Amino acid sequence: MTEKKTTKGISRRNLLKAGAGMVGAAAGAGAITGFPAIHAAEEKVLRYLGTAVNQADDISKQLFADTGIKLEYISATTDDVTKRVLTQPNSFDVLDTEYFSLKKLIPSGNILPLDAKKIKEFDNITPIFTKGELPNGKKIGDQGTAPKKVMFVEGKGSTKFATSPTEWVTLIPTVYNADTLGIRPDLIKRPVTSWTELLNPEFKGKASILNIPSIGIMDAAMVVEAMGTHKYGDKGNMTKEEIDLTMKVMTEAKKAGQFRAFWKDFNESVNLMSSGETVIQSMWSPAVTKVRSMGIACTFQPLKEGYRSWASGFCASKGVTGAKLDWTYEFVNWFLSGFAGAYLNRQGYYSAVLSTAKAKMEPYEWAYWMEGKPAEKDIKAPDGSLLEKAGATRDGGSYEDRMGNVACWNAVMDENDYMVSKWNEFIAA
Amino acid sequence: MKALTKEKVAWLQATPMALVFAVFFLLPLLFVLIVSFWDYNDFEMIPTFTLRQYVQSFDGCITSLPSLCTTFATYLETIKLCFLVWAITLLIGFTLAYFLAFHVRTTTWRIALSLLCTIPFWTSNVIRMIAWIPLLGRNGLVNASLLKAGLISQPQEWLLYSEFSVVLALVHLFTFFMMVPILNSMLRIDPRLIEAARDGGASPWQTVWNVIIPLSKTGIVIGSIFVITIVMGDFVTVGVMGGQQIASAGKIIQARLDALQFPVGAANAVLLLIAVLLMMRGLTRAVDIRKEL
Repeated sequence: MTEKKTTKGISRRNLLKAGAGMVGAAAGAGAITGFPAIHAAEEKVLRYLGTAVNQADDISKQLFADTGIKLEYISATTDDVTKRVLTQPNSFDVLDTEYFSLKKLIPSGNILPLDAKKIKEFDNITPIFTKGELPNGKKIGDQGTAPKKVMFVEGKGSTKFATSPTEWVTLIPTVYNADTLGIRPDLIKRPVTSWTELLNPEFKGKASILNIPSIGIMDAAMVVEAMGTHKYGDKGNMTKEEIDLTMKVMTEAKKAGQFRAFWKDFNESVNLMSSGETVIQSMWSPAVTKVRSMGIACTFQPLKEGYRSWASGFCASKGVTGAKLDWTYEFVNWFLSGFAGAYLNRQGYYSAVLSTAKAKMEPYEWAYWMEGKPAEKDIKAPDGSLLEKAGATRDGGSYEDRMGNVACWNAVMDENDYMVSKWNEFIAA
Repeated sequence: MKALTKEKVAWLQATPMALVFAVFFLLPLLFVLIVSFWDYNDFEMIPTFTLRQYVQSFDGCITSLPSLCTTFATYLETIKLCFLVWAITLLIGFTLAYFLAFHVRTTTWRIALSLLCTIPFWTSNVIRMIAWIPLLGRNGLVNASLLKAGLISQPQEWLLYSEFSVVLALVHLFTFFMMVPILNSMLRIDPRLIEAARDGGASPWQTVWNVIIPLSKTGIVIGSIFVITIVMGDFVTVGVMGGQQIASAGKIIQARLDALQFPVGAANAVLLLIAVLLMMRGLTRAVDIRKEL
C-alpha cells in the first residue's frame, strides 16, 4: 500500500482504505471475483468443478450446515472437466477429477496439489491409494493409471510425479469403485463368469461397450486377455501393436453384428439395459442400481478376470490462495469426516476413509455394502427409495472381494493419440 | 453537411451485421484454421507450423485402396446419409409446400398448418431421440404391433440403431427446413401462370414439372443448403440413433476434442468445411440464388 499518513491524524477515508487493505490481505488474492473483501470474509463460497458423481444436494446442504461453506456445483463430463482445467483454470476453485486425467493436468501446472499435513484423516486414507494394497495388506492390480503411481508430486509446485510418498498430494481421494459388466440375468438365464462373454456370439446384437476410447479399450483388453488371444504387459499402457490387435478383435465383432449400440452417457446405458436392447454391456454401478430400481433384474456381474477400477479425488485450482485455500482444506477435511463417505458408500461407491464413514452408517448398512453380508433390513438409497429387500447380498460381495480383484485402472496411454485414431477407425468400420 | 451517398448508406446499414459476422464467425474460423497447423502434446497446443494433422488424417488413404481409410470411409458414410436425407426431405418438403401453397386457400390455415410442422422442435433433442427407443426398439411399439399382426415372427432389429433409424430421425427433424423456403418460393408464383398452363392444355404433372419446379428452384436450393449443411455436421443424432456405431465427420472431430487433441480436431473441421463448401458451390452454380432472390 502506498498510502501516506498525514499530520492531521487518520482520516475516515484512510481508515477505510487501511481497513479494507487489511481484510483484503487476510482474504488474500482469493477474492478474484472482485467483490469487496468484507463480503468474501462473510460468505464462504467454493466453485466445485467435477462430474456429477459426488455433486449431491444432500452433501452441499450438510456441508453448509456444518461449516458455512457454500458449494457452487459446476458439473461436466470427465472429458469436459479435463478440457476446462486446461483451458479455463480460473473458472473453478475445487476440482474433483479422476486420477487418470492427472497425466494431462499435472504437467500443465494448472492445478494445485494439497499439503498432506493439513488433511486430518490423511493417515487413515485406505492404502489402496498410497500403497496399492487393501487394508489387510493384499496387493491389488496396478495396470493402468493406478492411483499410487500419480498420488504424489516431488515438491510444492512441482509438475513431476514422485515415486514414493511425499507431503504434496495431487488428489486427496474421495471415491472409487470397481467396474465390471452389467447383465440381465432374466434374459441370459445362465451363469456368466468371464469377460469373454461380451463377445460370445450367443449375445449377437445384444452386447454393448462404452464409447469413451480410453475406457472402452480397457474393457476390450479385458475381453481379449480373457479369450487367451494376448497377454498384455499393461492394459492401461498398450504398445501400438497391442492397440492394433485389440481393435482388430473388436472390429471383427462389430462387423459380425455383435454390438447393439455403444453408449457414452449414463442414461444411455440405463436405457439400453432396461429396454432389453442389450443383455450384457460395460456399465457403471449406479446405472445398475437405477435399472434395478425400475424393477428390472440387472446384475453387476463379478468376473473371474477381475475388475477395471477408477478413483477420483480433490485438488484446487492454481488460482486458489489465502482464505479460499483455507476453505478448500476445511471442505476436504469435512468431506473425509464421515457424512459424505457414508453417503457415497450407500450408493455403492467406496469412500476413501473407511473408519469415519463406518461411524455414520448403521451396522446393517455397513454389513451389506462393505462386508458382503445378506441385508438384515431393507436397504435404502440416500434419498430413501428402496434399493434391496432384506436378505439380498451385494453383487461381487465384500469390499475385499471387489477391490481385492481389481485387474487394472482407468488410464491415459502414452500412445493415446494413436489409440484415438484407431478408435475412430473402429467406429467407421 | 453533404447528404450521404446511397452507396455509403448501404455500407453503413451492413456494418453491424458485418461486425457481428466478423467477430463471432470469421475470427473463430480463422483461429480454427491457424490451430489446425499447430502441433500438440498430451496437455497443450504447441504453436509451431506443421502439416502433421493433415498428413495423419489421410494416412494410408491412397496406399490402402480399394479398402477405405478412416477419413474416406467416414465421409462416404456421411455423404450417403446426407444424400438420403436430402432426397427424402426434398420429396416430403416439396409435397407439403405444394399442398400448403396451392390447396390451402386461406393464409390463417397456411400458418396454422406450417406451425404443426414445427412440433418436432417442441421438445429437446435428447428427449426426442430417447423417445424413439420405445417406438422402434426390440420390444418397442412397432415390433410389438407387427408381431401381433402376424406380419413378422421375430422382432426386426434394423428398425433401431441402424442407417434406417438415423435417416428417419434426421428426416423427421429437418423436413421443416426444406419445406419453408420452398413454400416461400411457391407463394410468390403468379397464379396466372398456372392458369395459363392449364388453359394451354398442360396436365397437372406437366404443370408441376414445367412451371412450379422451375419457379421454386430458389427455395429448393436454399432448403437443400440448410439440410445438407446440418446433416454433414451432425454427430449427435447420428450418434444416438446409430447406436454410436455409425461414423460421421462430426464424431471424428468430437472424439479428438474430447481427447484434448485440438489441432487434429481443427484440421478435421477444416476438411469438413472444405467438403461442405464444395457442395454449396455446386448447388449455387446450378441456381444463382442471388439473381433469383
